[in-house]
Amino acid sequence: MSATEIVFLLFAALAVGSALLAMTTKQLVHSALWLVATLGAVAGCFVLMTAEFVAWVQVLVYVGSVVVLVIFALMLTRQQSTISAEVTGNRWTAAVLGLVAAVGLGATVISGFHGERIEGHRIGSAKSIGDALFSDWVLPFEILSGVLLAALIGAIVISRSGTER
Amino acid sequence: MPLLYPLVLSAALFGIGLYGVLARRNAVLMLLGVELMLNAVNLNLVAFDAWFADQLHTGQVLTLFTITLAAAEIGLGLAIVLALFRAVRTVDVDGVDR
Repeated sequence: MSATEIVFLLFAALAVGSALLAMTTKQLVHSALWLVATLGAVAGCFVLMTAEFVAWVQVLVYVGSVVVLVIFALMLTRQQSTISAEVTGNRWTAAVLGLVAAVGLGATVISGFHGERIEGHRIGSAKSIGDALFSDWVLPFEILSGVLLAALIGAIVISRSGTER
Repeated sequence: MPLLYPLVLSAALFGIGLYGVLARRNAVLMLLGVELMLNAVNLNLVAFDAWFADQLHTGQVLTLFTITLAAAEIGLGLAIVLALFRAVRTVDVDGVDR
């Protein structure tokens, strides 16, 4: 077992453990902070899989902005009386469904890709990703900027519509 | 590195995220579960890109697109949750349909 694999397994254990805590802890803000640990560990996994540019985008967009946005929303929607139980009544159904999804997907990938190895010859540096993005993927890139603009305008309209009433 | 490591990790994160979406009562934390599921998909895309190693860098470019869409989704989703909070003064998904 190489050093890369050991570090990857450590990151994987960190990601799964903090994801479980993020989804089960009763403290709202702790949940968002555990998600930071999960997303950071996944970014580490990206680096180990030669995707260094994607890893930095993950750190910037997810850890930097999405989690801050979520913490803002948690603070803005703080209620006078805290919700008594943080989970719904169908908690066990949800647990069974999540377990079934994880085991089903895991069994599928194990039977399909057993024995395959990642060699890691092509490094996803900013230069190579940028070359691919602005030569072969220009049209999806431009459409995506339109989607982002629509989402931005939609978020502003939805946020303003309540204040006029 | 065996291809199975990231794939199995991704399956586990997807299951945990699905549990979070279905079990959480707070609408903001439900959205966190959706983010976790999207991140599991990103892990799959990057793993298959590194394994397949094609000229177009398909997997990593699609990962960037997914991250962008996830950012748009969380922005819009939180705007909807805040509008809901202003309307009914709660973000409890069980309490909304009263």
